[in-house]
Amino acid sequence: MTMQDYPSRLSNPNSRKLGTFSYLPQMTPEQIRKQIEYIVSKGWNPAIEHTEPDFASSNYWYMWKLPMFGESDVDAILAEIEECKSANPGHHVRLVGYDNIKQTQGANMLVHRAEAS
Amino acid sequence: MAGKTYKAGVKEYRETYWDPNYTPRESDFLAVFKVVPQEGVPREEAAAAVCAESSTATWTTVWTDLLTDLDYYKGRAYAIEDVPGDDEAFYAFIAYPMGLFEEGSVVNVFTSLVGNVFGFKAVRFLRLEDVRFPLWFVTTCDGPPHGIQVERDKMDKYGRALLGCTIKPKLGLSAKNYGRAVYECLRGGLDFTKDDENVNSQPFMRWRDRFEFCQEAIEKAEAETGERKGHYLNVTAPNVEEMYKRAEFAKEIGTPIIMSDYLTLGWAAHSSLSRWCRDNGMLLHVHRAMHGVIDRNPKHGINFRVLAKMLRLLGGDHLHSGTVVGKLEGDRAATLGWIDLMRERYVKEDRSRGIFFDQDWGQMPSVFPVASGGIHVWHMPALVSIFGDESVLQFGGGTIGHPWGNAAGACANRVALEACTQARNEGRVLEKEGKDILTEAAKSSPELKIAMETWKEIKFEFDTVDKLDTAHR
Repeated sequence: MTMQDYPSRLSNPNSRKLGTFSYLPQMTPEQIRKQIEYIVSKGWNPAIEHTEPDFASSNYWYMWKLPMFGESDVDAILAEIEECKSANPGHHVRLVGYDNIKQTQGANMLVHRAEAS
Repeated sequence: MAGKTYKAGVKEYRETYWDPNYTPRESDFLAVFKVVPQEGVPREEAAAAVCAESSTATWTTVWTDLLTDLDYYKGRAYAIEDVPGDDEAFYAFIAYPMGLFEEGSVVNVFTSLVGNVFGFKAVRFLRLEDVRFPLWFVTTCDGPPHGIQVERDKMDKYGRALLGCTIKPKLGLSAKNYGRAVYECLRGGLDFTKDDENVNSQPFMRWRDRFEFCQEAIEKAEAETGERKGHYLNVTAPNVEEMYKRAEFAKEIGTPIIMSDYLTLGWAAHSSLSRWCRDNGMLLHVHRAMHGVIDRNPKHGINFRVLAKMLRLLGGDHLHSGTVVGKLEGDRAATLGWIDLMRERYVKEDRSRGIFFDQDWGQMPSVFPVASGGIHVWHMPALVSIFGDESVLQFGGGTIGHPWGNAAGACANRVALEACTQARNEGRVLEKEGKDILTEAAKSSPELKIAMETWKEIKFEFDTVDKLDTAHR
């Protein structure tokens, strides 16, 4: 392979990364389902957050409702993600798995990336 | 009641310090030494001698012994065991009462435990294999300035291992060129870059210039990627005044993490730095340069698991802990043992991993183990499997040696890490399916594809020198 330039640019909003899995191609719905199954299998509490892309570096994205404590139905979690997405067009949406034992987020992944304007 | 009478002369140590009926107390420090006695010295006598020399005794009876209650202060050798696979050595278990040590002073504990006794004539070789620190002592030590959870929150990184790279060549780059190498790594997807252990403030690159150029690199990479970045600025210095000066400047320019070489800097100085880090919201990366002098000989010295426990008590947010798979030493089971000692709240005795005692850490925060040295993308499946998410994986040559440069090398590592993490979460077995997982991920990442072609053939298959003691017959 001939040498390639690394294409990241300050001027291109698409160069902004958004945490774990943001260096992989957008996951298919089936792949997202598997990650949710993983969160559920760990006993973590799923939560959905969203933000305007310009404020993505903040620690605090908007919380979509409350974390879904004890929710283990993958379809219910997927449905909430869809609801959050359609209620907040133009926002990034991420899924968090709160690990209350270790007091951290065991998982935190983008599930919808807003188109760069 | 009549007291004891004084009789000058040399007594056998075991008369006073060998006590096989003793049941250790919760408040005792427990230590296990691997002992090779001089020829003709019985095991009980050698164990008692080690106990005596590391606690209250000297070589002869002294009248001042009778001014105190030795039974209250003395250590006790309470058990001996065979060492599997070794006919000349044995394990000596020793209990030390709490009053022998200053609260919160790791320095004081080790001045006794591995002090004069290591030059003692009655033993040929001596190795401190493990120490059980009683919970009361743990709570008197500062511990990590932040710990794994707080670092994740500060750096905004979850659900995967963190990625780093040591800038190479270790020595000789100008500060501006060095900052370039940092910037390229960070913009490509690494979370951290790192000063090497011996980068301090040499004529080719003074510390202040390095700090400024690296900070610019961090800030630009953060703006470009939208992710938080850091570079471990090594503040190891010839004296503590200089160390603090560098740490203060690092804080002034807003950098998130600094580093120390805790063994060469000195434990007291390191401990002070760690306390400064907590007071100033600064993360602390810890390198273990010199550990090989202390821990590599299987018969003499201190096992690394003890150095790792010591560091958790002294304070540090990251500690180099071996890779298992790279160019540096590391027995897999033993490594898993000490990374648990760095990360878990309570670690149970497990001889299959070299852990001799239960260790209760109370609520002391945990330390990120750092796997660094001779690793590249092909090692990623094994690393994610062995170390899990609570680790920092550092690829030096494995980033900067990429044929298209640091940014592409960093990107290749990040893609490989994320692909392995995703696959693990899906329930796939990384060490079996690693090749498929990486090959699949490389389809959408030319950076990973070329990295896999570059390093395909590199293997490190030298035998480990410091292995766990297991029967060889």
